[in-house]
Amino acid sequence: MTNNGGAESPGMTDDTGRGWFEGVDPTDLEGAREAIERGTAEEPAEWPARAVEAGFADDEADYYDLLGEATTSATRAAVREAETAADRDLVSSVRAMDDCERVANELAERVAEWAGRKREDAGSGVAYARTLADDEEVEDRRLASLAERVVALDDEAAALRSHIERTAPEVAPNLTALGGAVLAARLIALAGGLKQLARKPAGTVQVLGAEEALFAHLRGRAPSPKHGIIFTHEAVSGTHPEHRGSAARALAGKLSIAARIDHYAGDRRPELETELHDRIERIQARDVE
Amino acid sequence: MTPDLPDGVERRAFGGDDEWLATRGDPVYGEPTDGEWRRWDARRSKLGAMFERGADHGLEGGETVLYLGAAAGTTVSHVADFAGPTYAVEFAARPTRDLLDAAEPRPNLFPLLKDARAPETYAHVVEPVDAIVQDVATRGQADVAVTNRRFLREDGRLLLAVKTRSEDVVADPDAVLESVLETLSEGYEVLETRSLEPFHEDHFGVVGTPR
Repeated sequence: MTNNGGAESPGMTDDTGRGWFEGVDPTDLEGAREAIERGTAEEPAEWPARAVEAGFADDEADYYDLLGEATTSATRAAVREAETAADRDLVSSVRAMDDCERVANELAERVAEWAGRKREDAGSGVAYARTLADDEEVEDRRLASLAERVVALDDEAAALRSHIERTAPEVAPNLTALGGAVLAARLIALAGGLKQLARKPAGTVQVLGAEEALFAHLRGRAPSPKHGIIFTHEAVSGTHPEHRGSAARALAGKLSIAARIDHYAGDRRPELETELHDRIERIQARDVE
Repeated sequence: MTPDLPDGVERRAFGGDDEWLATRGDPVYGEPTDGEWRRWDARRSKLGAMFERGADHGLEGGETVLYLGAAAGTTVSHVADFAGPTYAVEFAARPTRDLLDAAEPRPNLFPLLKDARAPETYAHVVEPVDAIVQDVATRGQADVAVTNRRFLREDGRLLLAVKTRSEDVVADPDAVLESVLETLSEGYEVLETRSLEPFHEDHFGVVGTPR
């Protein structure tokens, strides 16, 4: 039995393409993993028979043993890579976006204060820094330059936001559909990962991001917080304050179900959105004292 | 006509009054067992529901199978118990971790982290098969079946679970099913369509054969 390398495998290439095993040494698990992950073929072929013919495997049983080892190992590596990369990337993105926005706002205040002493038209905020950065008449080079940093940071925050909107649906499709990309990313970041979020009870999800208020309450100094970061969701902020507690509880319940589905199953469940919508509609329709 | 269950699938009581589908293999998700047999709950498996509803599945046991949308491996682990070489394709990384656990004690179950909409990314691994089982709950379910037809032998079977609320939450389920069947007809002759209720709401089991 000869073990032929890929370069001289005779007659093994036709228009159906090459099997994953072609050019792979049966003892080289790393090479097999690579071939399974990156290889392509337009059409399937009788790979087991071909592998035996090519000397890759002794017989079909041997081929399936090698295939099992190779697919398991390739898939395990791909899963590990995909999971950690996507999760961490999302968490870092949302933290970086918040940093950019916060620093842009702080610097914009400094710019406004500085400009206020020199110019009559001084305004405030990032919007004003933007007009200043575009204004070629500004004599003070340092002031103009600082305004440009504000604009650059604000642009970076916007770029990070669209990155989050692109990647959140891949990491947590149901959570994103329910809460929006940014809220989904924030919840994952606050919990320390999707897995950790999926394991938290709904009541904890409800107050994630309100830890200070929660601990004040636990020390007996304040009422229990009704909502944490989920306040940014329209279902809570758009509900009359009297019924916000109910809305927050309903939303947190659905969000934690969504996180669990995303972590443990991974398929889309569009019915969650309908259920949440109906529930919130009923809460918002309640009478207000 | 109610076709028999494939070899390797039986109905067993598991100590109660009701009979359940069962296959022989290592437990995967905490299901009850009876000796070597483990319960296959049709409420947790679209293919199980197709068997319970008497679908004309055409399986005898020992077939080569391509399973699209394997998720955490609940159903595909039962398939691997009664089938031959079983290729399990799943796109999402998280459930695939559990699929790997199901594959561990099953030398005939080959997990692949691949996108079922891009068969060229696994056609270098998957051989022609006797049956395609598909349960992908995303838009374009019928397109996935059509593009994967290349794997199915001429006399093979497509066993497709259609989730009528995947395509469009607000559309009428009948209209969704009709459009799925229309797309399917590009590659398959549909042999039968039946509702999977009461096991799965808004789901249909479709059996097809290559056109």
